[in-house]
Amino acid sequence: MNRLGVFAVTIAATLIGLSAAQAGDAEKGKATFIHKGCYECHGFEGQGGSAGLRLSNTKLPEDGLIAFVRGTSGAMPPFSSKIISDAELSDIYAYLQSRPQPADPKTIPLLAN
Amino acid sequence: MTGPVDGVPTNRRNFLRGAALAGAAPALATMTPAQAAVPTAPRPLPSALPPTAQRIAAEVGTPEAEGNRIGGKAGSDFMVDVIKTLDIKYTPSNCASSFRALHESLINYGENKSPEYLSCMHEESGVGMAHGYFKITGKPLMTMVHGTVGLQHATMGIYNAFCDRVPVIIIAGNDLDAAYRPPGVPTFHSAQDINAIVRDYTKWDDTPVSPQAFALTMVRGYKVAMTPPFGPVSISLDAGIQQEPLSEHHKDLYIPKFNMPTPPAGEMGAVKEAARLLVNAENPVIIADRSARTAEGVGLLVELAELLQAPVVDQRNRMNFPNTHYLSRAPGVISSADVILGLELSDFWGTVNAYSDNGVNGIGENAPKIKKNTKLISINASELITKSNYQDFQRFQPVDIAMPADAQATLPALIEAIKSALTPDKKRAIEGRIEKAKKAHADARNRELQTAAIAWDASPISTARLCMETWAAIKDQDWSLVASEGNVSNWPNRLWKMEKHHHWIGRSGGYGVGYGAPASVGAALANRDLGRFSVSIQSDGDLMFAPGVLWTAARHKIPLLSVMHNNRAWHQEVMHVQRMASFRDRASNYGNDLGPIGTSIMNPDIEYHKLAESMGWWAKGPIKDPADLGPALKEAVAVVKSGQPALLNVWTQPR
Repeated sequence: MNRLGVFAVTIAATLIGLSAAQAGDAEKGKATFIHKGCYECHGFEGQGGSAGLRLSNTKLPEDGLIAFVRGTSGAMPPFSSKIISDAELSDIYAYLQSRPQPADPKTIPLLAN
Repeated sequence: MTGPVDGVPTNRRNFLRGAALAGAAPALATMTPAQAAVPTAPRPLPSALPPTAQRIAAEVGTPEAEGNRIGGKAGSDFMVDVIKTLDIKYTPSNCASSFRALHESLINYGENKSPEYLSCMHEESGVGMAHGYFKITGKPLMTMVHGTVGLQHATMGIYNAFCDRVPVIIIAGNDLDAAYRPPGVPTFHSAQDINAIVRDYTKWDDTPVSPQAFALTMVRGYKVAMTPPFGPVSISLDAGIQQEPLSEHHKDLYIPKFNMPTPPAGEMGAVKEAARLLVNAENPVIIADRSARTAEGVGLLVELAELLQAPVVDQRNRMNFPNTHYLSRAPGVISSADVILGLELSDFWGTVNAYSDNGVNGIGENAPKIKKNTKLISINASELITKSNYQDFQRFQPVDIAMPADAQATLPALIEAIKSALTPDKKRAIEGRIEKAKKAHADARNRELQTAAIAWDASPISTARLCMETWAAIKDQDWSLVASEGNVSNWPNRLWKMEKHHHWIGRSGGYGVGYGAPASVGAALANRDLGRFSVSIQSDGDLMFAPGVLWTAARHKIPLLSVMHNNRAWHQEVMHVQRMASFRDRASNYGNDLGPIGTSIMNPDIEYHKLAESMGWWAKGPIKDPADLGPALKEAVAVVKSGQPALLNVWTQPR
């Protein structure tokens, strides 16, 4: 799937709201996020960095995230259901949504100036 | 080592000189090859065995008469005279027999000053220290290495210096004379052409065969190294000519005078055409990589950018442009450029093209990042030194104007040419860009701060928190970030206020892991002498290639704050193997680690703080709670200000 295709799937998932997956388990999701290698580029908290985008509190719906993981053709390699199941991705989604919202940098003294 | 041959006093130097210079020595001109090859009188036999008590007494006892038993001034004493004319301040080296004579002359005859000998645990550390030292001072150091094995150890550091356009003077001891050199180990450590192993990634090398030739080679080598594009040079120095006395033959020895060469500037026709394109551009963009050689280079780039009100992308292989300036911009700005000026870019193709490692066709996907008709201008001294084997010149990128010249030396002429080409209308149009640029810069800064706040309290500690806690601890010093290897998401360059040339010294050049630790010690040495405070973000994998340089820093009282980015992995490779597994639809085998087998540095975790302590550093760790980092940094800064090195072992997020 090319980039346009992935984009289309993502938008469709966002707008139409494809069948919602079962609510995931955030604790299991944390373990899977680490042991399937997601943390390697996105950080243990899904905060992102030079190698991967921020995923914590993502605005993507769960189905959109799953569609992206399955079909990405960009820098991120795709992960098939053989590697990581839909249920595991649901758990990961729950974990990412459970992350605390970042503070306003103005309230963090080291970032305020 | 001398011996009469049919009444002609000879030594192995005369023999060597005769072989190399085809009868230059009159005494040897009368000898037949057979006579030269077969000594007829007994002479002391060299041995690799431990010396006897009698031999030790003879070697360490006080000579009976003034002078010395070698019968004159040592060749290596003259070499020290030569070296001293070049004002080389230090020689970080690992001691070895093949340069023992020069070593002895440096510390005794030369009184261990200019250069001062610094004890290193590894040749790569010596080269790495010279690398970092140059990027602070603009002056090269000399490092001595031992024969085949020492030069082999040094190669990675030399390659980094070559790719980073940094001069290092390497003197490689070598016992050339196969007829007289000691058997066994010294012969394993000798070679016909010792420089062959580094020839592809040095600017020049030579093998002088007499003291006079050494003088010419040393001064020429210094000049070659210090002519942009800078680069390392290697001198194979025979043990014999170091060791033996100067004779009547050498009575006219002289030391050539060194005058600093001027850097090559761009041809004026090309400079004027570049100015014309830039003045007429709607969206000119300047990209700088190794543009600023000195603080003056930063000022020139600011002047050029403001003249055009052109955004500047600093690729940061040097500190080229203040990141606090409103024209400082992220790389994405090139997508709308109609003219791009590239200054000393190490990879022009990679600058204007995107490569996505997405496995398409098993390779990856390329796509341009700029508009089709964007005009490209390159000023790059590296084009003057293209070699064949190693591909550091990167993929070929056609450009509209190519100036094989030093960017900093060319900027004054370019600035003047632009001033001449500016009309009042053009000036007004250019000034109209200012407000937009200021807003873009402020918006980018706010986005960076918001990103840094994410996972601020996480453990392991986020790289943003690591860097900003460090910044808070050092920002009131006259600080210098001397290494930031290991990918901390570029936070220092994103959020620290980098304005002076010494605030950041750039990366390794060849991306040979193991540069960060020695280069930071070398740069800290230079900063110590200048009264500055040195800080490094030290990654775990980089440190373990040659951690002995920690001892060198403590031994020579080099103050350095080393804040570790300890993500317990060679993290670049973690992702590479993971990527391969995913492309091949396989689950990656992690064993008992947190990354694919072979990419983790855990089980057991390395206690870097104890490692550093064992070598004389103040150290603390492992620090896992972000709340503990600030207080630990405060302690460490106090230690460094007292003149000692300090290390904090901080457990961090991957990137």
